[in-house]
Amino acid sequence: MRIVVPIKQVPQTKNVKMDEKTGTIIREGIESIVNPLDLYSIELALKIKDQCGGEVVAITMGPNKAAQALREAISMGCDSGIILCDKVFGGSDTWATSYVLSKAIKKLGYDIVICGERATDGDTGQVGPGIAAFLDLPVLTYINKLESIDEQVCKVQRMVEDGHEYLTSSLPLVMTVVKEVSEPRLPTLRGKQKAKKAEIPSWDHKFLAINPKDVGLSGSPTRVVKISKSKVTRACQIQFAVDDQAAEKSVDKLFSHLKAKELI
Amino acid sequence: MSYSGIWILAEQKNGKINRVSFELLTRGLELSAQNGVKLSVMIFGNNIQQEELQKLINCGADKIVCVENSQLKDFQIEPFAANMLAVIDKYKPEIIIAGATSMGRTLMPYVATKAHTGLTADCTELRIEPESGNLLQTRPAIGGNILATIKTPNHRPQMATVRPRSTKPAEKISDRVGEIIRLQADEKTCASRIITDKFVPSQDTVTLAEADTIIAVGRGIKRGENLALIQELADSLGAAIGATRDVVDRGWLSYPHQIGLSGQTVSPKLYIAIGISGTIQHLAGMQTAENIIAINNDPDAQIFKVADFGIVGDLFEIVPLMIKQIKEQCR
Repeated sequence: MRIVVPIKQVPQTKNVKMDEKTGTIIREGIESIVNPLDLYSIELALKIKDQCGGEVVAITMGPNKAAQALREAISMGCDSGIILCDKVFGGSDTWATSYVLSKAIKKLGYDIVICGERATDGDTGQVGPGIAAFLDLPVLTYINKLESIDEQVCKVQRMVEDGHEYLTSSLPLVMTVVKEVSEPRLPTLRGKQKAKKAEIPSWDHKFLAINPKDVGLSGSPTRVVKISKSKVTRACQIQFAVDDQAAEKSVDKLFSHLKAKELI
Repeated sequence: MSYSGIWILAEQKNGKINRVSFELLTRGLELSAQNGVKLSVMIFGNNIQQEELQKLINCGADKIVCVENSQLKDFQIEPFAANMLAVIDKYKPEIIIAGATSMGRTLMPYVATKAHTGLTADCTELRIEPESGNLLQTRPAIGGNILATIKTPNHRPQMATVRPRSTKPAEKISDRVGEIIRLQADEKTCASRIITDKFVPSQDTVTLAEADTIIAVGRGIKRGENLALIQELADSLGAAIGATRDVVDRGWLSYPHQIGLSGQTVSPKLYIAIGISGTIQHLAGMQTAENIIAINNDPDAQIFKVADFGIVGDLFEIVPLMIKQIKEQCR
């Protein structure tokens, strides 16, 4: 079984800056991590491998230094990593990103593609279904539990607004998973050593037979036209409930506030 | 034929049209007031009664395209996508807006990819750019730290999702006359490699997604048993219960209750954060709530920075007083 896990290197959300002109993220000088939600997809892939055999390949699209994310995936137990790195990929929106990833996944061959639900920087959650669309595969989203899997069939639980769906799908397929699906293992010492030495092949647009016009800014249907600071201008009215009397008064004030806003 | 018209993707369950559909009508009506074009609805399902569809017309829709087949009863990506693509091909919508629901966030990216067009997720504001007629889509990004305005200048349709509960549902304007087109989906468009074996509904009386009020708890509640107190408050307000990652990881509440970066993103009318310090990961999941109340014993807690009203104090003293107040007021 070949399991492909597309992952993303993301900036630590605490200190992110944007290029106001292009509307893209300035990645220089900011600590990068593996998208926290991708750890669950990596773990699930490793579990499936433990059970069914086969191999887990992590892939990422990004600058050279994103190879570090692949090394982390390898240190957890992934067999190999491939970076899709090319100047012409820069500035790709979710359509173009899904396109590049799907081309690479096609080249690799696959039985299952497992993605995190979304990345914590772009926060769209669109690339998983996008990859499925390009590969013409069924997509199972918001998966919170893998019930069973073999070479042909996979049974899962899908978390929706009002409960859980129990679904069966034939393989190959694309899956996007939520936190509950797995508990990511920690890298082992052996894994870390393997990751350090691992060769990470880098694939560019020529290797993937991609026309540069179809990717990057020129190939992206969407354009960021403006970036602004989100204005969270909430002037918090604070009450201090230092003793019983103050507590009662605070709660009275809270209810006047709720009533004034017609919330109760 | 050129692309024209504002469309919304309505959702139904067991033939009943969901609330989010009416919220989307509100968004659509705002846009059609800006550019004067017709507002249409596409809906996929099975045996949807005429009076259900008429509700959409009464609330402002000009035209409904209802595609039906027994395979379209519940959401299933492949038949829904095939039929949505057929509707796009036939009616050439200029704009399609859907809810950022488990269905919308699966179907829209799949269809946008196949239709080779742009999609913007979780928009908080939608506007028409007067000069170009393009849809300006504003969405929070990077944990809500910035707002990005995005457009799709050269591809059609322009597609966007908006969060449920981020607008009021449209109300009945009058017994209007609209066009209702019913189409039977072709069997071969309804093939699905995914089968639904069963659906198990949530045990909660109010789920996060449908709540106007959410009471969320953090580690400050100290023990799982103390949730009984929070449940009492939630019941008295008809609220859903949310939790920080900490509380879920400790097993005090199940994962569907988790709010934040690795859980749900919610934007209820009222969010009451109890014993929550306000990590950046938690704030990312709730700071678009319309009103935020925070109760915490630490005056320096980050949660007060995003709150409208805060009480610094012992939650075990404050919450019972709140319950008492509500009971007195109901009397």
